[in-house]
Amino acid sequence: MSDAILKPETHPTVDVEHWLGMYEQMAKIRAFEEKVNELYTRALMPGLAHLYTGQEAVAVGVCEALTREDYITSTHRGHGHCLAKGASVDRMFAELLGKEAGYCRGKGGSMHIADQETGNLGANAIVGGSVGIATGAAFAAKRLGNGRVAVCFFGEGALGQGLVYEEMNLAQLWKLPVIYVCENNLYNEYTHYTETTAGELEGRARAFGIHIEVVNGQDVRAVYDVTHRLVERARRGDGPAFLLCNTYRYYGHHVGDINRTYYRSKEEELDWSTNRDPLKTLSDWLIGAELADQETFTQIHAGVEREIEEAVQFAIDAPYPDPIEVDKHVYA
Amino acid sequence: MSMPDANGRVLTFAEAIREALAEELRRDPRVYIMGEDVAEAGTPFKVLSGLVDEFGADRVIDSPISEAGITGLAVGAAMTGMRPVVDIMFGDFITLTMDQMVNQAAKIHYMSGGKLSAPMVMRTTLGATRRSAAQHSQSLHAWFSHIPGLKVVIPSTPYDAKGLLKTAIRDHSPVVFFEDKMMYKLEGFVPEEEYTIPLGVADIKRSGADITLVATSSMVQVALEAASILAGLELSAEVVDPRTTFPLDKQTLIDSAKKTSRAIVIDEGYERYGVTAELASVIAEGAFYYLDAPVKRMGAMDVPIPFSPALEDLTVPTPQTVAEMAKTLCGKI
Repeated sequence: MSDAILKPETHPTVDVEHWLGMYEQMAKIRAFEEKVNELYTRALMPGLAHLYTGQEAVAVGVCEALTREDYITSTHRGHGHCLAKGASVDRMFAELLGKEAGYCRGKGGSMHIADQETGNLGANAIVGGSVGIATGAAFAAKRLGNGRVAVCFFGEGALGQGLVYEEMNLAQLWKLPVIYVCENNLYNEYTHYTETTAGELEGRARAFGIHIEVVNGQDVRAVYDVTHRLVERARRGDGPAFLLCNTYRYYGHHVGDINRTYYRSKEEELDWSTNRDPLKTLSDWLIGAELADQETFTQIHAGVEREIEEAVQFAIDAPYPDPIEVDKHVYA
Repeated sequence: MSMPDANGRVLTFAEAIREALAEELRRDPRVYIMGEDVAEAGTPFKVLSGLVDEFGADRVIDSPISEAGITGLAVGAAMTGMRPVVDIMFGDFITLTMDQMVNQAAKIHYMSGGKLSAPMVMRTTLGATRRSAAQHSQSLHAWFSHIPGLKVVIPSTPYDAKGLLKTAIRDHSPVVFFEDKMMYKLEGFVPEEEYTIPLGVADIKRSGADITLVATSSMVQVALEAASILAGLELSAEVVDPRTTFPLDKQTLIDSAKKTSRAIVIDEGYERYGVTAELASVIAEGAFYYLDAPVKRMGAMDVPIPFSPALEDLTVPTPQTVAEMAKTLCGKI
């Protein structure tokens, strides 16, 4: 695991506006999730949600290296992936509240947001369930010759499911343009991954001869850089890759998982949020390199807050689906 | 009754399937076949023999023995522009594909509010009495019939198999297509000219007046033979083949039962919680005031399929057992 933070020097290929754009995306995801938590706490949101807070650099770093036409599949902890791939916050909130204006007309909810227009083939509540979809999308891209790449986001918990290995085998066998992004946030729900996982995480991909990269998932620069290389590699026809991102989930497994001391310490949580926060890491670097000042970030956060407030209000005001919708879209 | 032209060609069930696939592969470049030993081997049943020669190994694709893997890959490929036909060699192996079919393929259209869809076909088999024992003999089509979002086709003749498979490949929803492996050599008339058969339209395989035998897939031939036996006893049996369990042509079943006032439902799936229960319920509700006897069900015995021929043959309905049941219902004991 490489926890080393890059030295504060100007990035060779990415200009400051691009980094600030990534910062804004991460800030938006964080503000979105804070608002989701608030909606849950105030009993304004049906069901539960699995917050992405703390892992923002993974979704943003990866999706910034993709085009709008490239595909992603996401997970139950998927709000960050959807937003990073280009979803708008108003329709996201509307979906979370079960409103017809939501991305899935309120039929999918927090765990199933799909947005065809941004290449999002859907979030999946079966932890390894979308690995087939992403690999199939890569298969189609190769067959149709459209140059697209598929990214499959999943957590380290998904490595407990066998489908992942069947798909990795197919992807490497047929050199499919798919990138398996494994976000190791240390916990399979309420259990540390070392209690569930024999051997090394990346050893699984190694068994298939798949190209492996391990990256500090709290550093958006590192995630972006490595993904950029992997995407080029996949587009060239060099086949799949496994990108292990070491990261951390600031909140519990879901919004209702409040008392967590039986499976992890408050000191551990504080260490990650204080010393390895992805937003702080990027802003410290840009300020240290005199590429931005504190005022820049204050303005970004203010803009994001406004956008979130307007989006929530839009979702709250939006109508629920008509009852006639209940048996529509069962068959295409 | 859609009996094809008696002057037409005769094909086996396997040939009809192969011809449907070849025509659809020719018609639509998005169609591909993937499965274990589908290319040069043409599957153990030789249903696909020769297809790889015409269409090449990148459209008739040999896969690893990864049923879930190729099914999941098909879901994703279908969602992004392909028309996959997945070959699952034995129906017993569908258990390995369940999450991909039930939680992914069946639900993506609904969960996405109608934006995404998975137009794919899974071809697999059903049927016992091949001495293949408990893990190569089951008829599990009820499992998929239970799931909203999936369509299920269970053809009983070469003519139906070809027309229904072509429709299934063109459907925009996931379709599971069950072929009775004992029927691959069954011959029947299949016209030269192109045709398709819509899903959800039952076919009356034999007209009759005294009792309705609703039979599916492998059980259609059993029911037809039973009808011949009954004819010798001056009982006129009507054989109705739903052809698809979903969509289900309820009206044809109900109308037949209303006409004859007696019905037996025969299907090779396990009897318990099975297709027979659903079809019998449709008839019992829809034809209640016309029935002179309770609707009877005949399915596979509720045991794992045994190997020994002496035992296996006891587990599925036969023309004799169906005829006996019909005689009892008609009061001719």
